[in-house]
Amino acid sequence: MNTTKITGAQAVMKSLVAENVNTIFGYPGGAIMPIYDALYDYEDNINHILVRHEQGAIHAAQGFARTSGKTGVVFATSGPGATNLITGLADALIDSTPLVCITGQVASHLLGTDAFQETDVVGISMPITKWNCQVTKAEDIPAAIAKAFYIAQSGRPGPVLIDITKDAQFGEMNFTYEKCTAIRSYRPKPKLNRVVVEEAAKLINEAKKPYLLIGQGIMLSNAEKELVAFIEKTGIPVASTLLGLGAFPQNHPLYVGYLGMHGDYAPNIKTNECDVLIAVGMRFDDRVTGDVSRYAKQAKVIHVDIDAAELNKIIIADVAVHADAKEALNLLTELTKKKQHNSWLQEFNDAKKVEVETLQESAKELHSEELKMDEVIKMLSELTNREAVVVTDVGQHQMMTARYYQYNKTKSNVTSGGLGTMGFALPAAIGAKFGVPDKPVVAIIGDGGFQMTLQELGTILQSKVDVKIIILNNRFLGMVRQWQQMFFEKRYSFTNMVSPDFVALAKSYSIQAAKIEIREDLKENLLKMLNHNGPYLLEVMVAKEENVFPMMTTGASVSEVRLN
Amino acid sequence: MEKTYTVLVFTENSIGMMNRITIIFTRRHLNIDSITASESEVKGVFRYTIVLRTNKSQVDKVIGQLEKLIDVLKAFVHKDSDIVHQEIALYKIKSETLTNGDVEKVIREHHARILTVDPKFMVIEKTGHVEETQLLFEKLKPFGMLEFARSGRVAVTKPMKELSMYLEELEESN
Repeated sequence: MNTTKITGAQAVMKSLVAENVNTIFGYPGGAIMPIYDALYDYEDNINHILVRHEQGAIHAAQGFARTSGKTGVVFATSGPGATNLITGLADALIDSTPLVCITGQVASHLLGTDAFQETDVVGISMPITKWNCQVTKAEDIPAAIAKAFYIAQSGRPGPVLIDITKDAQFGEMNFTYEKCTAIRSYRPKPKLNRVVVEEAAKLINEAKKPYLLIGQGIMLSNAEKELVAFIEKTGIPVASTLLGLGAFPQNHPLYVGYLGMHGDYAPNIKTNECDVLIAVGMRFDDRVTGDVSRYAKQAKVIHVDIDAAELNKIIIADVAVHADAKEALNLLTELTKKKQHNSWLQEFNDAKKVEVETLQESAKELHSEELKMDEVIKMLSELTNREAVVVTDVGQHQMMTARYYQYNKTKSNVTSGGLGTMGFALPAAIGAKFGVPDKPVVAIIGDGGFQMTLQELGTILQSKVDVKIIILNNRFLGMVRQWQQMFFEKRYSFTNMVSPDFVALAKSYSIQAAKIEIREDLKENLLKMLNHNGPYLLEVMVAKEENVFPMMTTGASVSEVRLN
Repeated sequence: MEKTYTVLVFTENSIGMMNRITIIFTRRHLNIDSITASESEVKGVFRYTIVLRTNKSQVDKVIGQLEKLIDVLKAFVHKDSDIVHQEIALYKIKSETLTNGDVEKVIREHHARILTVDPKFMVIEKTGHVEETQLLFEKLKPFGMLEFARSGRVAVTKPMKELSMYLEELEESN
């Protein structure tokens, strides 16, 4: 083995190179300076993106990971640098995104002394990381990084944080790197239990009205092809969760729609009419299930998940398959009979018709002269040939995009699902572009969320990031306003939002920008944005008080979907 | 229905393990009645014994979350009938009370023992279930209790499967 004395900081860089890292999102500061000094020699191998705030770095790393399938890497300094990562860590944990975050820490003799920029980031981030650790000796760095990458990527992916004291960064050590491939106490890959899968296959073979729900697990397990093979053999209608969008092509005849609070009508109500409900790589989030005591009670439930803690957590499964989605689907395809369920599928299509007609009626009645969010999304979907990577923030625009952008490509949907982090989209879009530089990346953001992380326009400027930004401006925090209208007697408490001149703002960052207010200008301006070589911001003034429907209100069951 | 459960967690010996374990209970608003930790029969493997009152479905979910922790080897939940458990209590009372014949009687009846006698105080030790150590506390209290301390529960299970067998299974599955 080749050993040479190097510093801990150099060991960090060499370890990252050994893990094939080529992109890092970060922000320097006192306690991570030795690592940044070592990074200086890696300009040719590693693209470091200097963000404007550490929250931007971690959301960018999330966007990078979600589109590329690789692990996102973040650098931040101690104290405030580290605490600024917290929201992103929580977001990445709940949305199963692999990240390795490296934070600098004060020198080990200062730990616990309230030293300048000292914070107990390991303690703070314990509940919101898949694993974290503190390294106080240079020689422990390579093993910690190897372990971090292994844990972040394997099983159900998640964020990992390594806190490295400044003296460990300066310390000298003999560098050797060994990839981590096993940890005694950690079993990321469950053995597929054939007997259990046979039970599941038996239920599916006997089912008259089988129904499949998919989540992001399909993409995390790279099981897209296996899913199509299974569906085409069994003829089972498929619906997707928010994070699952794109895992199954939406133009497929067996795709029946989007699940959840603002999901499509048919996929929600049919949950309570199917006889066998199969859930793969999804976790029965409360936004999907509504009232769990009235969720799929008539059905036999088959739940496939790689995370044992998800099985029987919310919905008790008749057959719980603790497995990787790809392996489980492969075996299920082998064990199930070829079938078609045409009349059952027709029921979905009939329900869809009811939804479409009702929404069209409402659109006619309600302030039809104003431009609406769904029109923008539908046109964008068409003009991008349904193939763009679309990044959304949180709120009405997010639900509208999930409803009306036709995601046909895997890993093309990046949004903050579980945590619902406003301010996610702009930095996540930056990261997404670095994840898939050859694909068009469009961020769709509300006027509220955009102002939470708009400092990242500076990152777009400095790193010349070719992202397209659409601000759907309704002068409100629209989702909260909708709830205030529906459940708080229209008491619009602090939801009206005054915004700056976004076009002028973008231009101050040398980003091309335009603002439109009327329907007639929409297509031309979307095309102009999409065809522009470089970043572009398009502000679209949309109806102030538009509501997102269908809606399953809090406490309602999936059978109780409001269409208007 | 709420019951007393004993959760046994076997972990690697890593810094912060106690914190990682307890925050899982905190998050579900579960109050821990007692917690003890020590090295198990396998070198380097630590054993946490946690007692709490909750319902079965909550404690099962906690087990799932505990096993998700990277450094947790295995977690189990047991009803009181599945385990043999014990606690230790120390009672410090004034030595002068020894001349009172009733103290000697109480110590005898409760099968407690005197650990040390100092001119000013003495320390009595009693092991047993919490009800038993509590009863002795009530009995000694009238003589003046200077200090009282009780440990958390330690427990071993009645089923015969050994930890080393689980460890072997874990290593094989990797």
